[in-house]
Amino acid sequence: MEKSLKIAIKELNFFYRDFKALTDISLDVYAHEVTALIGPSGCGKSTMLRCLNRMNDLIPYSRVEGRILLNEQNICDPDVDVVSLRRRIGMVFQKPNPFPKSIFENVAYGMRVNGIKDKAYIAQQVETSIKAAALWDEVKDRIHESALGLSGGQQQRLCIARAMAVKPDVLLMDEPCSALDPIATQKIEELIHQLKKTYTIIIVTHNMQQAARVSDITAFFYLGKLIETDVTDTIFTRPKLKQTEDYITGRFG
Amino acid sequence: MYKNLNRTQKRRKLSQFIMFGFFRVSAAINGIALLIIFYFLVARGWRAITWTFLTQPPMDSMTRGGILPCIIGTVCLSLGAIIAALPIGVASAIYLNEYAFQGRALRIIRLGINNLAGVPSVVFGLFGLAFFVVYLKMGVSILAGALTLGVLTLPVIIGATEEALRAVPETYREASLGLGATKWQTIYRVVLPTALPGILTGGILGLSRAAGETAPIMFTAAVFFTPSLPSSIFDEIMALPYHIYVLATAGTEIEATRHLQYGTALVLIVLVLGLNLMAIIYRARLQKRQ
Repeated sequence: MEKSLKIAIKELNFFYRDFKALTDISLDVYAHEVTALIGPSGCGKSTMLRCLNRMNDLIPYSRVEGRILLNEQNICDPDVDVVSLRRRIGMVFQKPNPFPKSIFENVAYGMRVNGIKDKAYIAQQVETSIKAAALWDEVKDRIHESALGLSGGQQQRLCIARAMAVKPDVLLMDEPCSALDPIATQKIEELIHQLKKTYTIIIVTHNMQQAARVSDITAFFYLGKLIETDVTDTIFTRPKLKQTEDYITGRFG
Repeated sequence: MYKNLNRTQKRRKLSQFIMFGFFRVSAAINGIALLIIFYFLVARGWRAITWTFLTQPPMDSMTRGGILPCIIGTVCLSLGAIIAALPIGVASAIYLNEYAFQGRALRIIRLGINNLAGVPSVVFGLFGLAFFVVYLKMGVSILAGALTLGVLTLPVIIGATEEALRAVPETYREASLGLGATKWQTIYRVVLPTALPGILTGGILGLSRAAGETAPIMFTAAVFFTPSLPSSIFDEIMALPYHIYVLATAGTEIEATRHLQYGTALVLIVLVLGLNLMAIIYRARLQKRQ
């Protein structure tokens, strides 16, 4: 199957005030692949992720240089409508963050804010999304109860369902398993395998094994620079650079 | 060696015991103070509380009869103050906490709000007289009094609302924005509902404050005596705190009306507690729904 380019990051720089958090990042992300961003804390991988749905706009005194092309459109352009961009690029956060609303309302939220009023469509899409997040059997009897009553792993799958319900193109995952136990983590990883048939996924992770298990492409970040990118198997077995090897074998970081 | 260790341990336990005891007593003083005030008022004022007292206007130069106009006046003034101040206070807090660029202009506005909170209430009374009563030609009226009390309660409401907004986890805002919600949708659908119990607390505090103030309404709304009940918001009225002040300082027979003074104070405090209780019950139900 021919790989199709989904996102092309071109010579991207990112600044917090005078601090350069990202330096000259160029990275291609292909459709229906999982791209993992790895690297030690503070290396810029989360910042990179948040450039992709312009979440960094919320940070005062921050600045972006360079381009990010999503389906060949530059999303760093100030004219881009960030609200519709964020609908197309879903995000799952580090800690499960369901709203203090019912399970149903959590998943329906994205559709409601995007102006969808058709009740039958919303109900059907809520069910489809929760099923796609492999959560339906666990919650189908209490769909109108508070989402805060779910376990951490269930909450995180609910957040994935919530992100999928608006039918995005791309899913960004910022260390989605860091607050979860191994069993919940395994479920999310299995889910990622399923989801890449439909979505393009970019995942930030601190867990080397997780990157090796779930991703097709791995990009290693260090001190705001993209050190090495390659097919995941290659990165983990025959990295080109010593720095990469040191990190993935646990010698630093 | 061991003996020494034992002694140190004893000393540590003792100092912990003393400090915790101190904290406990400090916390208890709050409750005890309220109880003493309440006991004091009940003991001296309960004789005055009769059906007539609650349902009749004052009679015979306020030495007999009741305080119905004062009760109605205080309810009108404090509810009016909250109706005026809550929307403006909440809107200001949303602006300050959610929209405004955190810079120098914001610091100046904050400074203004904090200073407003520190202004003596009699100054609010004079401001209300000059601005609402005279300049806006409202006259001495419920409207002028309620607005004056509203200005007085604004800092309380803004403070509590900002506190409540700050307590909403940043991750809720991120999740909402990440789903393609606008900033306003995020505030309206996620932030405000989550902060509502805290905002209501601000409302309760403001209401209690407004109900108990005397100085701001002396020049703007309250009168010494009127036998009739108000028919519109442009009428002047009697109010409980001012009535107590009048009975205790300017009545014809101050000693003879002592029990009426305490009775009026008791009604005021019960009224405030009752209004608070209503808001607290409503808040508890909201929290349960979340």
